[in-house]
Amino acid sequence: MENSEKTEVVLLACGSFNPITNMHLRLFELAKDYMNGTGKYRVIKGVISPVGDAYKKKGLISAHHRVIMAELATKNSEWVEVDTWESLQKDWVETLKVLRHHQEKLEASSCDPQQDSPRLERPGRKRKWAEQRQDFGQKELLEPKTKDVPKVKLLCGADLLESFGVPNLWKREDITRIVGDYGLICITRAGNDAEKFIYESDALWKHRNNIHLVNEWITNDISSTKIRRALRRGQSIRYLVPDLVREYIEKHDLYSPESEERNVGVVLAPLQKNTAEANS
Amino acid sequence: MFVNGPIMGKGSGLPWWVWCCGSYLDLCPLSRKVNKIKFLGKETRESLCCRKHRQILCHIALPLEHLLLEDSRVATAVGVEVPDKMKSRIPVVLLACGSFNPITNMHLRLFEVARDHLHQTGMYKVIGGIISPVNDNYRKKDLVAAHHRVAMARLALQTSDWIRVDPWESEQAQWMETVKVLRHHHSELLRSLPQTEGPDHGRAHSLAPTAVPELKLLCGADILKTFQTPNLWKEAHIQEIVEKFGMVCVSRTGHNPKEYISGSAILQRYQHNIHLVREPVQNELSSTYIRRALSQGQSVKYLLPDAVITYIKEHNLYTGDSS
Repeated sequence: MENSEKTEVVLLACGSFNPITNMHLRLFELAKDYMNGTGKYRVIKGVISPVGDAYKKKGLISAHHRVIMAELATKNSEWVEVDTWESLQKDWVETLKVLRHHQEKLEASSCDPQQDSPRLERPGRKRKWAEQRQDFGQKELLEPKTKDVPKVKLLCGADLLESFGVPNLWKREDITRIVGDYGLICITRAGNDAEKFIYESDALWKHRNNIHLVNEWITNDISSTKIRRALRRGQSIRYLVPDLVREYIEKHDLYSPESEERNVGVVLAPLQKNTAEANS
Repeated sequence: MFVNGPIMGKGSGLPWWVWCCGSYLDLCPLSRKVNKIKFLGKETRESLCCRKHRQILCHIALPLEHLLLEDSRVATAVGVEVPDKMKSRIPVVLLACGSFNPITNMHLRLFEVARDHLHQTGMYKVIGGIISPVNDNYRKKDLVAAHHRVAMARLALQTSDWIRVDPWESEQAQWMETVKVLRHHHSELLRSLPQTEGPDHGRAHSLAPTAVPELKLLCGADILKTFQTPNLWKEAHIQEIVEKFGMVCVSRTGHNPKEYISGSAILQRYQHNIHLVREPVQNELSSTYIRRALSQGQSVKYLLPDAVITYIKEHNLYTGDSS
């Protein structure tokens, strides 16, 4: 299949990244290999979108540190980058809105390839990106079709998929739009459980072709929770997170028993929002 | 004098911290200073002398008489005899043998996890780590040339300040048993120590016996299982390894090291010299997986250091063409 016939895909990962670990970075690599391997897609970009402080998760440290760590982690990556839009919002933003924001951004820049986007994280890459867009730019003039615009898809682990079942954490309509309009790429160890979960949900089942389950054959259990715990106990986190991230954490002494106590007793933003709306 | 704090240790009955003159005191196992500590919560105290040395001190049961105050006054409880010297921590070097075909982040983790564990026992101080890639004559399937494996390990260890690669084993004319590699490195270690022959070289004391460094075999818990494979190891060698040197075994999913120990008389006898370390971050990463992924053109980024990946690409290793 010609490259131009493949659907271009941008992988978007939302999450706390508190801190970012080698496992998060592996998600991108696994997803890219899988999607490119189907022959139908071409992954052109990966985006890490750390959640804003207003999420109010226990132990969540300031967004600006989490963003910097993610940028340090992706410094040596040619295709994964960090986007700060979500983290800069005053209120917590639903994942669906983040997806929409990024899709609209792609559509906007595909209509006008010469336009400089306001947030230039990597000027070199942007230039290459603009060149790619130019080919499509020509086509756009003749047939303004969204078909040539890259598609944003949500990249996640199985835990996010299963969190769809937590009451009031997600809005039902949001879930439907996420899998219907955008698509999900879910990296999982226990493929059977994930498949079962999809089977048991009408909304997910309907859009099952838009949910890609990627098997992670080797267990790579580097969770941020374990990293924070190791740091509190003075244990090494070397080789679990990129060296630059580890040095940054040490230099700024980011994680301690106190930082873990942040937001204790506070209701998680989506739960608060969805419960309030349900009650209103 | 001093008042013991509430006993919160691990069943030993000894207090892990004491309250003295209005502050909590405790011993930082790495700087070996007794400091005021900040009580931060149930699990953690922070030693204020050296933020880097934050440790879980509650695992260490220190007899009261082993505490020295910052200005070297000895804190004593009435009626307790204080020895002249602090018991020294035993210096340890960790030696990992294996194919390292290629080296991965998991191999590197073994060292970090083992070091943390030994430090937290309060008895050891890890002073170095050695990676010893196996000789080509081991003839394991898909083993790439030793000089490559050594070069990759060297690249991986560029940023480490305590682990190094030693090509001695790989440079020998034939494959050699692990115990011989241990013997070699141990004698090298002893040779590199300052000499204290003769009664007096201007030093007040000769080297205390506990200061002689020990060389321990670092491995995954799966190696303990291979001791049971007939003809793979010589009985005498297994004994020498656990008796004269000692092992540090890091757990791996699917292996129950305690079972392997209890299933062997020799291992049971020297189990005090076999340190079982739990790695909380379960990781099934293996060189086999890496080789397969590479031969299928898949990404291995973040599973091994970038410098090693670059080397592999530059030298066209593990492409799947049979060697």
